[in-house]
Amino acid sequence: MIVFNDVYKRFGAKEVLNGFSLEVRDGETMVIIGHSGSGKSVALKHVVGLLNPDAGDVQVDGAVVHDLDRDGLTALRSGIGFVFQFAALFDSMTVRENLELGLKRQRLDPRVIEERVHESLALVDLEGAEDKLPAELSGGMRKRVGLARAIALRPQYLLYDEPTTGLDPVTSAVINQLMVRTREKLGVTGIVVTHDMTSAYAVGDRIAMLYRGQVRQVGTVDQIRRTHDPIVRQFIEGRPEAATDLQTAPPGVER
Amino acid sequence: MSALGRGGQFLGDVGRSLRETDTWVSLTAVQMRRIGVQSLPIALFIAVFAGIVLALLSSYSFTGAVPLYFVGTFVGKAMMLELAPVLVGLALAGRVGANIAAELGTMRVTEQVDALETLAFNPNAYLVVPRALAATAMFPVVVALATGLGIVAGWFTAINLLDLSSPDFVKGLRLFYQFKDVWFGLLKAMSFGFVIAMIGCYKGLNTRGGAEGVGRETTAAVVMGAEMILVLDAFWAVVLL
Repeated sequence: MIVFNDVYKRFGAKEVLNGFSLEVRDGETMVIIGHSGSGKSVALKHVVGLLNPDAGDVQVDGAVVHDLDRDGLTALRSGIGFVFQFAALFDSMTVRENLELGLKRQRLDPRVIEERVHESLALVDLEGAEDKLPAELSGGMRKRVGLARAIALRPQYLLYDEPTTGLDPVTSAVINQLMVRTREKLGVTGIVVTHDMTSAYAVGDRIAMLYRGQVRQVGTVDQIRRTHDPIVRQFIEGRPEAATDLQTAPPGVER
Repeated sequence: MSALGRGGQFLGDVGRSLRETDTWVSLTAVQMRRIGVQSLPIALFIAVFAGIVLALLSSYSFTGAVPLYFVGTFVGKAMMLELAPVLVGLALAGRVGANIAAELGTMRVTEQVDALETLAFNPNAYLVVPRALAATAMFPVVVALATGLGIVAGWFTAINLLDLSSPDFVKGLRLFYQFKDVWFGLLKAMSFGFVIAMIGCYKGLNTRGGAEGVGRETTAAVVMGAEMILVLDAFWAVVLL
């Protein structure tokens, strides 16, 4: 289980997280939505210790992430896969080498590494791309390799940072299907940070909206779809005027 | 003052990551080739022309006042003690320092450094230690070869363009030779290598702001590297000469 406890994070004068609290249960996929620059990715990076909170804490299976020493952090990160917004593939390495790097770190047998690379690429429908360099791949393929690199570690948790940003609708749908397939096959707990509501509805068990550094609302996909909260409604419908519509709706009309 | 503190903390973090030998040992050989072997052409190019100029310059200065075999002395001392380490150091501050800062800076802004961390690697052990060790080990090798070639170039110039025989050049070369001339130059080269690599890594890993940030930090790494070479050059002269 991943728990954000009253997390505060500031960059200079900008307060990004302002008492952010959220609980991600084992086995579920939690989607965090919010406006661009609302701190979604910042929250995600706290889970793997890429950022430390100014106040509050983030716990993974009971361990306070920012209290871990280097060895503890290494152990924690071995169980978490992170899919970056722009894939963050090592551009001097082939696809195979990108996948092998984390596996070699875990000192696995070379045959197991070979199998894992093959299985992971098969899971994202990229068999045969082993010897390509990232520069030779399309944006969608890079995201899939990024996902394959994360799942090759067979993590307990998978964190996705804007997995469909910058992709066309069809490729976005493919990525969404891959995320669902990954969860079904590997049974991982996931956190997906996105502002793509199609993706959020497709992959999430629950959705939390981050607004002004705090969770504005958290609920199942259906609860969020039917929300009466004007700020959440405005965001999920992508209509700036949605908030006003709700506030001015005549009696008898559901708000 | 705060920059000095951050630099000290970075140095401490890199020092602690030395214990992660399983990460950096295999990567150091690759960096030694990139930093050392691939720097040889520019270093040797500089050395040849420095040797030629030194021989002609000393002959011009000594004419009529000092015996001409002192050309050998001047070429040898100047190449070993100063010109080979400093000229090669300055050239490599550009080649190696810029290369490291740009590579690590690009990795930082494209989240490759974060990706390394999420794969349970310590970026200092994976990126900094191999480069710092390789530069510290390979700069003296490159400077030693440059020194040798520079002296040969000076000798070749002296016997072909000046009225000086080979035995006289060698006599001058050996006249005030001390072993300290060699290790002093190589010690300086080691310190230059370490500082250039550390500055390149520090600037690269602290890059912010995309391509513009990479350019800014790369330039800063080269400028600071060149400045530190001159500072260290004076420091070693004061301390050891």
